[in-house]
Amino acid sequence: MEFAIDYVLIPLIKIAVILAILPLLVAALTLAERKVIAFMQVRLGPMRVGPWGLLQPIADPIKLLLKEDIIPERADRWIFALAPVITLIPAFIVFAVIPFGPAINILGKPVSLYVTDVNIGLLYVLSISSVGVLGIILGGWASNSKYPLLGALRSAAQMVSYEVALGFSIIGVLMLAGSLSLVSIVNAQKNAGIWYVFYQPLAFILFFICGVAETNRAPFDLPEAESELVAGFHTEYSGFRFSLFFLAEYANMITVSSMAVTLFWGGWLRPFPNVPALAFLDWIPPILWFAIKVIVFLYFYLWFRASWPRYRYDQLMKVGWQWLLPLSMANVIVTAVLMLLLNKG
Amino acid sequence: MSTREEQTLFDASEITVSMGPQHPSTHGVLQVKLKLDGERVIDAECVIGYLHRGVEKLGEAQTYGQFVPTLDRMDYIAAVSNCLGYCEAVEKLLGITAPPRAQYIRVIMTELNRISSHLLWLGTHALDIGAMTVFLYAFREREEILKIFENYCGARLTTHMFRIGGTQYEIYEGFQDQVRAFVKDFPRHVDEYETLLTENRIWIGRTRGVGVISAKDAIDYGLTGPSLRGSGVEWDLRKAKPYAVYSDFQFDIPTGQQGDTYDRYMVRIEEMRQAARIVAQAVEKIPDGPLMAKMSKIIKPPVGDIYHSIEAPKGELGYYIVSDGSTLAYRARVRPPSFVNLQALKKMVAGHMVADVVAIIGTLDIVLGEIDR
Repeated sequence: MEFAIDYVLIPLIKIAVILAILPLLVAALTLAERKVIAFMQVRLGPMRVGPWGLLQPIADPIKLLLKEDIIPERADRWIFALAPVITLIPAFIVFAVIPFGPAINILGKPVSLYVTDVNIGLLYVLSISSVGVLGIILGGWASNSKYPLLGALRSAAQMVSYEVALGFSIIGVLMLAGSLSLVSIVNAQKNAGIWYVFYQPLAFILFFICGVAETNRAPFDLPEAESELVAGFHTEYSGFRFSLFFLAEYANMITVSSMAVTLFWGGWLRPFPNVPALAFLDWIPPILWFAIKVIVFLYFYLWFRASWPRYRYDQLMKVGWQWLLPLSMANVIVTAVLMLLLNKG
Repeated sequence: MSTREEQTLFDASEITVSMGPQHPSTHGVLQVKLKLDGERVIDAECVIGYLHRGVEKLGEAQTYGQFVPTLDRMDYIAAVSNCLGYCEAVEKLLGITAPPRAQYIRVIMTELNRISSHLLWLGTHALDIGAMTVFLYAFREREEILKIFENYCGARLTTHMFRIGGTQYEIYEGFQDQVRAFVKDFPRHVDEYETLLTENRIWIGRTRGVGVISAKDAIDYGLTGPSLRGSGVEWDLRKAKPYAVYSDFQFDIPTGQQGDTYDRYMVRIEEMRQAARIVAQAVEKIPDGPLMAKMSKIIKPPVGDIYHSIEAPKGELGYYIVSDGSTLAYRARVRPPSFVNLQALKKMVAGHMVADVVAIIGTLDIVLGEIDR
């Protein structure tokens, strides 16, 4: 009985909660995006649906669900239908290892605020999030149309080049924490008494740039550059299938922000966990600290989108291979040398 | 999936993409047939005519006065310039000049229209390159100009602002204050657009060295307006062949050096400042007097022909009118700047990438209403 509760019931409840909350978060994020960007652009954003446009994220999915499901005549029907699902599932299952907070007591039973803590958590996140791009490539290819094909090619090239730099940028954290488990990484920061961003500022910047590129967001939104490729890889998609791509993109934004917070900004820890004078900050529960930090990074995403033009394909490649990759490799070497000299490892 | 389609998409080394006529950034119903090798453009062919309405033929079927509102529908972004060019051409044919008060009102309105046209260009050009905020900032100021137009003549876009022989409407109460307030504020807003773009690494990367055209090529292609001045040729009809009362005002002609998209961007940004400068000078010294020249109610120019051109926001806008002495023109030919400038597209995009095509279409500042007429 105890076993069934610990290993079946509680994880199932957690999974259900994540599956229920994540789409709601995405919905809130779309509204936030429209409102924040609107205010940056001296306009109001959605105002019609509900008070102050607050019901807009509910109206949007309803509209998308009610739309006719169109599959182009020449499309590869099976792959066309499968592609959005392939993109969506990894975007959701990544959240299985992200720690939202330490264990809390519910009805006298310690419950951890993550679905599972696998000892290869970081590798799991990297590998699962790479699967998402497969859906984009398949979607663009199965549409059997020119603009989606160009968009899919772009995204394939983009993901491959930025994945490498992304991987290198987190090796520094890995060396400091000595573990691939995300929970251990946060706990290592707690024990070290400092967020890793202060040890690895360059790695954090590289990680976030690569993260933005990985999620196809401005200024790296080439795969769906609407002014060049109409809508890029999802040109032929409409209605519900389109909304799956949409959902995955925003879920990925939350993933990258959560990863940045977990690896570099101390996860659920309060600022300066080593300074006892700031202990009064503990009245904010850890999960809220986590949420606040994630929201800050999501805000950066929106800010980027409102501020910057879009890179061109060749420039994107240049930034990735000529700047981010060498810098992230140099960061690994410098970290290793310093750790050896200071005998921290 | 049919085998035929598979071959064209994956086996051929080049693919043909039809960009437009329904495409978000072809600025109207322009179709560009692109031959692509991957993302690189091998060849581009413009297909125009989707918006053809026979404007020139209408000029032969409508009286001189009736034709003016039709011209507003050519370059609908800069309707005031269209109107000014035609009215001046017919006045020249008639051998009359509009009274000074009308001339000053014309200059103020035309320059305000130049600003609004450039603002729309800036917004859409930046949007094509992915910077969306500039678009809304630019439209905020454009709105102020359109409000002035609306107060003056009741229309915002297709204004029919002037009449042959002068202007119909007296300026409204508070006009000068409103215009003064606008030109006082406007340079600050131009700075604001510039902070978003001018020194932005991505913007420079996307525009420097893109769509380069040398001064010689630009002249050979017959480019005019900012597209020509961006290549370093100081040719502006307001100075070269002064019309209206432009010789009364101090203003500079900005030019670029390299003839790339960035230079054309800088030229237009500076032109907006200069236009505001002209308006600021003109609004302070609007002379008193009549609005219309003394002329007969029925316009019957003597037999003959005339070519008159003005510096529209997009380049040289010329009218060639042949009169047979009746109330209808025998021929009303328009030399639209966009049409001539668009020719250079093929040369400018060769060897660039797909993303540059939209940047180059944007930098040429074309309006399809004017190209197809």
